[in-house]
Amino acid sequence: MRSRNVKVNYLARVEGEGALSIRLKDGEVQDVKLKFFEPPRFFEAFLRGRDFREAPDITARICGICPIAYQMSAAHAMEQICGVRVEGPLRDLRRLIYCGEWIESHVLHVYMLHAPDFLGYPDAIELAKDHREVVEKALRLKKIGNAVMTLVGGREIHPINVRVGGFYRVPTKKELRCLADDLEWARDAALETVQLVAGFDFPDFERDYQFVSLRHPTEYPLTEGRLVSNRDMDIDISEFLDNFEEIHVKHSSALQAVRKGKGAYFVGPLARYNLNHNLLTPLAKESAKTAGLTETCTNPFKSIIVRGVETVLACEEALRIIEGYEMPDSPSAPVEPRAGVGHGCTEAPRGICYHRYEIDSDGAIRTARIVPPTAQNQRTIEKDLRELVPRLLHLSDEDLTWKCEQAVRNYDPCISCSTHFLKVQVERE
Amino acid sequence: MPAKALKPKLAVWKFASCDGCQLSLLDCEDELLAVCEAVEIAYFPEATRKELKGPYDLSLVEGSITTPHDAERIHKIRRASKTLVTIGACATAGGIQALRNFTDVNDFVPIVYANPDYIDTLKRSTPIAEHVFVDFELRGCPINKSQLVEVLNAFLNGRKPNVPPHSVCMECKQLGNVCVMVAHGIPCLGPVTHAGCGAICPSYNRGCYGCFGPKESPNARSLGSWFGETMGMKEIDILRAFRGFNAYSEEFRKESESHEE
Repeated sequence: MRSRNVKVNYLARVEGEGALSIRLKDGEVQDVKLKFFEPPRFFEAFLRGRDFREAPDITARICGICPIAYQMSAAHAMEQICGVRVEGPLRDLRRLIYCGEWIESHVLHVYMLHAPDFLGYPDAIELAKDHREVVEKALRLKKIGNAVMTLVGGREIHPINVRVGGFYRVPTKKELRCLADDLEWARDAALETVQLVAGFDFPDFERDYQFVSLRHPTEYPLTEGRLVSNRDMDIDISEFLDNFEEIHVKHSSALQAVRKGKGAYFVGPLARYNLNHNLLTPLAKESAKTAGLTETCTNPFKSIIVRGVETVLACEEALRIIEGYEMPDSPSAPVEPRAGVGHGCTEAPRGICYHRYEIDSDGAIRTARIVPPTAQNQRTIEKDLRELVPRLLHLSDEDLTWKCEQAVRNYDPCISCSTHFLKVQVERE
Repeated sequence: MPAKALKPKLAVWKFASCDGCQLSLLDCEDELLAVCEAVEIAYFPEATRKELKGPYDLSLVEGSITTPHDAERIHKIRRASKTLVTIGACATAGGIQALRNFTDVNDFVPIVYANPDYIDTLKRSTPIAEHVFVDFELRGCPINKSQLVEVLNAFLNGRKPNVPPHSVCMECKQLGNVCVMVAHGIPCLGPVTHAGCGAICPSYNRGCYGCFGPKESPNARSLGSWFGETMGMKEIDILRAFRGFNAYSEEFRKESESHEE
């Protein structure tokens, strides 16, 4: 009988604090635990009693990597309660700032967090010693995503300009036009990114996943849509809690979301791609094809290619919006509070981010519920590892550990999205 | 300058936070590679799986102390660090999660978690300086990345960082902004808030909401009265204004408490 343990005490190159432990016995996986020991911050509790207009600013602080996702989901939910719809140029500006977040976050993950795994470097700084021009180009591309967020949002981390009803100030046509040259460069750099990462070595690993994403009749999903799955689901976002539940598993470190009666599911770039392939721009579609992707991709390691494809799409979408932009008369629609319940669900770079609020007639928040993307992927990540590890037993402990880390990073986990995450007892041997 | 082999070792640590302040370092797209040439990244798990042993010449600490385990961990980090700089509102004032400090955290736990027994949390979220000596505090929610580069630069050159402690109002004047409070009647925390963001909110026709915490010797009492008596804000709204991302900083805390019913 031979026991073997893989332990990663602090997962690197993910956002937030997580750990991984895998217990093996006679070549069989006994146990896989993905632990998040991010301390709880109780957002859903302290949101109670706050003004409904404060929700976008407060929930942004759940995650410094994807604040726009939280701001948009919160704003949409509040607007639904108050019977306001944000349309026209204001809606376009929301998509534009979201494109900025996708570009920034995807490029950060592709080059600085994930590519080093494929190329055998501990980080992008070491990678830069051998391939400086690649990293410099990546930084320039990332910077352009940040520039979009800064112009529309005021700053790149926790933008200040998003409000319930729209914005505080909208950019002029001329200000937006200044981004166009950079975005054209970025689109080309994103196309090169797709080709570059398509050349990496990918493990032969595919599973029959249940993918879940938003789907909109005419747009690749960012801010709006119905919730769909490849397993027979097409629901309004307000039905989220009827279809999904968060389970508090005794041995696990966090609430894990599952689809009721259907188990683990997969959110993020791969889910969006598989469920919305026909809505990609022709150029993004072409880049995916050249990279060897078909209409469906079930290899999670290839999510790095899909992030590249979505970066192409985000650059094109940003350019399209800038091209057609006419400055609106007012930076926001008037919003008056009324008692009710509302839902918001948008596509964070790493998957759907769901919010539900109940407010009273004065606009004070009575209850809040937030389901971040990483909570939804946890169970799928653990299942991946259960299948992956038995195939890798020939590797040394060091290499096996690294491969497992890479498999976790496929999901770009953002553990700081800590609403539900709790501290666990660290196992001592 | 020291020889090439003796680059100062930089460590980046995380406590309860959103990761945004340490992300600011990776957002220094123009400076990042130069910074990495000047220092050795010895511990920075958000960016690298490489870990070098301490002691560290400079530790950047993000996040607040909210668990018994973290209250011990910060002492180990202090012992291993020659210079310790806190980055952001969580580390310098307890962050938004310090809203628990105004109530009983035991009331919070069951709202979020199905099984409260598994939660190991402290009653208060506290800044790093309440636990260990801090050499310098960089403010902001999030920090300003130019100020972060300035702190690193100052450290490398053995000088004091040039981070002015005056108010956001000064930044507005420097930018030539029209005062949103005087001209438009929009409540603004600018007069009592530490500079550093570049007065972004007033530049976007919005009142400052205090991301950088109190400036040096602020008169929060006076601004609170102004909000109420002159601008007609409700007590609950004045309380909320001061009870934000720097709620537990002394001056903002006292002012918000004076508006409790």
